[in-house]
Amino acid sequence: MNDTFDIRSGAETHIEVHKFRAGAIVAATLAALVLQKLLPVYVPKADLLDLPLLITMYFGLSRRNPSTGLLLGTVIGLLQDSLSKSPLGLNGIAKTLVGYIASSIGGRLDTEHPASRFALAVVFCGLHQGVIVLIKRLLLAQPEAWFTARLGLAAVVNGVVAVGLFILLDHLRKPS
Amino acid sequence: MIAIPSRHRSLVLFAIVVVAQVLLLAVHIRRDVQGGQDRLIRVWIVGAVSPFERAGSWGVQKLRGTWNHYFALRQAARENEDLRRERDALKLTANRLQGKAAEAERLAALLNFRDAHKEVPMLAARVVGASADNANQTIFLDRGERDGVRRNMGVITPDGVVGKVIDSYRDTAQVLLLTDRESGVGAMLADSRIQSPVGGVGEPLLVMKYVANDDTVNSGERVVTSGMDRIFPKDLPVGTVVEIKPGNPFKQIRIRPAANLERLEEVIVLLTLQPIDLKKEPEAKAAAPAKSERAEPAAEKP
Repeated sequence: MNDTFDIRSGAETHIEVHKFRAGAIVAATLAALVLQKLLPVYVPKADLLDLPLLITMYFGLSRRNPSTGLLLGTVIGLLQDSLSKSPLGLNGIAKTLVGYIASSIGGRLDTEHPASRFALAVVFCGLHQGVIVLIKRLLLAQPEAWFTARLGLAAVVNGVVAVGLFILLDHLRKPS
Repeated sequence: MIAIPSRHRSLVLFAIVVVAQVLLLAVHIRRDVQGGQDRLIRVWIVGAVSPFERAGSWGVQKLRGTWNHYFALRQAARENEDLRRERDALKLTANRLQGKAAEAERLAALLNFRDAHKEVPMLAARVVGASADNANQTIFLDRGERDGVRRNMGVITPDGVVGKVIDSYRDTAQVLLLTDRESGVGAMLADSRIQSPVGGVGEPLLVMKYVANDDTVNSGERVVTSGMDRIFPKDLPVGTVVEIKPGNPFKQIRIRPAANLERLEEVIVLLTLQPIDLKKEPEAKAAAPAKSERAEPAAEKP
């Protein structure tokens, strides 16, 4: 996967360009998937976290290229489906949408401030869950609640973790 | 050739990718309905990721061991004092426990189970991972097809039922926990012997589904396996009734699982796909004293 990119939109010539170290995206994705599977074994309630979602979001917001953002979301989502009992495509579709929207709005919003990162993570968590429930209801005929207290808590937890995680991931950027 | 404006290319790509995944979902569901398994991609990906998962699990174990054996020694003196107090308290507790017939019965039931089902091969396995998404309640074990683990085998701990194997790969197996909303086990109330399946709802507590409002159920009553699902042997602990509400047409009964499903580290896989013949149990129990009688003189031989 190409870890460097450039933005050449005439209307947005002042958007900051981020480049990542070689292999950073692959390593971060793999680490997120392995941690997502390991953490709940040792840390109670760690299943509230969705690290692959946060990785999709971060690189989507940073890359600001909708095509690469959505493809990254697709790959991460399908990997996540393969490593769980979910049907292939469930997380794939949800994370494709997250990757697409994150990379589309990345250039229009301040994505560096911790408060905006927290808010974006909460919103994307809600969006991701909404798409999953929609697919389950429409395509899989599985009745699922649109909102539960657990989902609300998960969104907040992911928001808090996103703030710290994104600061760590910022170190993977190449110095400009 | 249709020319797509460059600013719409990502949108078209998005549509193509989503439609492709909807088709993938449809194929998956179709194959599931037909009884087949959409395994190819999963086998590859699980095979690729499981070495990292095992390495991570090994690393965590080592880290915990190092911490417990070296760094935590700084608190050894304080712990020693605590342990002395704890030992005195435990002596009192042990005396009380000796008088508790219920505890003894539960332990005896487990021992009887082992004695009665010596023919059932069991395999200890370590939990090396959980589900990669939080919508499912599954765990991954460090044992797979190479160790004889197969789909639909039961998984337990000494405390009670854990779940069943839903997929087995070369070196790892995926286990559906009782708390998953698609999970279920044939169960019955230990005192009244009322039978009803127990299943998960995606929350820490389980639900007993089909108990009529007329039936008497007491809070705190134990729930054990009925053996009717032909996966788990009879009388394994499933959980304890913690909440009972009248419902329509059945009672709403919530059960706390006997096994600590949120902190599983080691489990036992029942290495058999054959339903355990319930008729064998009394026979085996009857045979057990005879066996021990026969075994004792043999043990005395030099």
